[in-house]
Amino acid sequence: MTFGNWFALLVALVIAAEGVRALRHRAVRGEKWRRFFRLRTTSWGVGILTFMVVVAVAAPLIAPFGPNRQLDIVHLTNQRPSWTFLMGTDPLSRDVWSRIVYGARVSLGIGALGALVAVALGTLVGAIAGYYRRWIDAVLMRGVDVGLALPRIFILLMAVALWDGLPFAALVIAIGLTSWFGTSRLVRAEVLSLRQRDFVIAARALGAGSSRVILRHVLPNAAAPIIVSAALGVGNVLLLEAALSFLGIGVPPPDASWGNMIADGAPALYTAPWSTFFPGLAISLVVMSLNAVADGVRDAMNPREDGT
Amino acid sequence: MTGGGSAWLLRRLVASVAIIFAVVTFIFILIHLAPGKPCSENLEPRVCDLLTHQFGLDQPIVVQYWRYLVELAHGNLGMSFSLRRPVLDALVETVPFTLQLAGAALALDFLLGLGLGIYQAGRVNRLPDLALGNATLFVYSLPTFWLAPILLLIFGEKLGWFPVGGASDPIFCPVVDSLYCVGDRLWHLVLPATTLGLVGAAGTARFQRAAMLEVASQDYVRTARAKGVPERQIVLRHQLRNALLSFITRFGLAFPFLLTGAVLVETVFAWPGMGRLAFNAILTRDYPLVTASALIASTVVVAGNLLADVLMGIADPRLRVHAAAGADIATA
Repeated sequence: MTFGNWFALLVALVIAAEGVRALRHRAVRGEKWRRFFRLRTTSWGVGILTFMVVVAVAAPLIAPFGPNRQLDIVHLTNQRPSWTFLMGTDPLSRDVWSRIVYGARVSLGIGALGALVAVALGTLVGAIAGYYRRWIDAVLMRGVDVGLALPRIFILLMAVALWDGLPFAALVIAIGLTSWFGTSRLVRAEVLSLRQRDFVIAARALGAGSSRVILRHVLPNAAAPIIVSAALGVGNVLLLEAALSFLGIGVPPPDASWGNMIADGAPALYTAPWSTFFPGLAISLVVMSLNAVADGVRDAMNPREDGT
Repeated sequence: MTGGGSAWLLRRLVASVAIIFAVVTFIFILIHLAPGKPCSENLEPRVCDLLTHQFGLDQPIVVQYWRYLVELAHGNLGMSFSLRRPVLDALVETVPFTLQLAGAALALDFLLGLGLGIYQAGRVNRLPDLALGNATLFVYSLPTFWLAPILLLIFGEKLGWFPVGGASDPIFCPVVDSLYCVGDRLWHLVLPATTLGLVGAAGTARFQRAAMLEVASQDYVRTARAKGVPERQIVLRHQLRNALLSFITRFGLAFPFLLTGAVLVETVFAWPGMGRLAFNAILTRDYPLVTASALIASTVVVAGNLLADVLMGIADPRLRVHAAAGADIATA
């Protein structure tokens, strides 16, 4: 780690901490924001996520070495954590910290994009089914029943293993396509109750078309479950990608994702546990933060009288 | 259940079979759409063609599908390409191991999870609740395939309390023929089941705590408290009994998690179960074995949902009235 790396890391930490502070400051004014920050874990979640995103964006400034660079395959394999190698080196003499920093781009990117595909599709299908009802609803929801019964991990394993060398985008789309079923059920239930409400009926009476009613009146009011499933979705997709990479068929080597780093470190688990430990810790922290933020959104959107 | 209830059950059964059928069809199509042949690369092309012909893989997909369904209707799951033996035999050998693992994990998940959730709900926003809330949030977010090696490292390698893999001692206990060997099996089960069960338990605890608190604000709990029912009885009789209703739904949702977890945990611990079998089948393009594994996996998921719905109908009299009136619980 050079002085520049430490400085960049410090800046990332400051940005995260200041970001949380600014948001909490804002929270004093708004009721929803106050409820969002009611639990301390939510602040930590927002802080950790901000930090990780900054680290991913500023990867070249923060990482002391190239992520795929084998420093010295003879002398520098499985080095323990030190001031030079913050998190040690892996069995191929690559710097674990640098790989984590660059891996954040891959893991967070796949998580966000996969969840975007899943939530968009789930919202679309759920809104159409709930709004139009009748046979459209019946057909779509039977399809969702099948989707929920699909052994997702098998499907993804098959897709990735059988179509050898699937590009990055295809991996994201495959994960997204198999992850939207739960969201569509949630959105459908919300839309079913919203479409009966007075403001929706009024909009239709004024002659607004279906797509306008759905987009302008129904969906904005169904934001809570959509945001919550988006937050949880990013975590789930991240875990799924990590699981696939761990099984050796997700993000192809030598590119680092937190999942394939765990797989890379596994053979040297007993001699160099750090190359397995730190990427898993990164995954856990991000997933935990996303869960905490989802809890916060839930609190903000539906207040409960008992204050829990 | 009334007449309406059994008609509802029949409808759900038919729907469940239809869902499983759809899943198998989907898997069948997906696997045959994939490019490449199930021969290994260093096999002579002539031999590969011969084998392809022998297994009927050169037929049009519709013909293959029809043949598969006919065989399936006769209870024949086909021959595994890679293991060169009937798929059914391979499954009969491995499924019990996955059941042991999943069963033990489920027991830990529910016992620990329910206990923690109830304990926390009784101490809302006090120190033990907040501490456990943070702990469960973290454990719930752990990837099983990471927790597994960590536990393996600490309790298997460093402390040496538990074996580092496999389901039994290959020298002394290849088959269970003594009490010692039963103990040996259980000893091997501890780490894999803990990995899977602990992550599940953290989720269950969070869920159960929320369910208990949801019930806590109901009128009948307030009434019970007002008329002087002891707190312990309020928690057990009034809160827990009603909170368990939503817990039943969670029970139905636990199966997909266990299946995914089984693939990963079995891989880490070299556990000879179905998850690892299916994973290897996919890698070796063992079509019949993959399809059969998917069939079992989807059956488990669908059966779990159905079981949860039926239990719900038994446990909640309000739903029985609806079912009798012809309302569909699944869409309610």
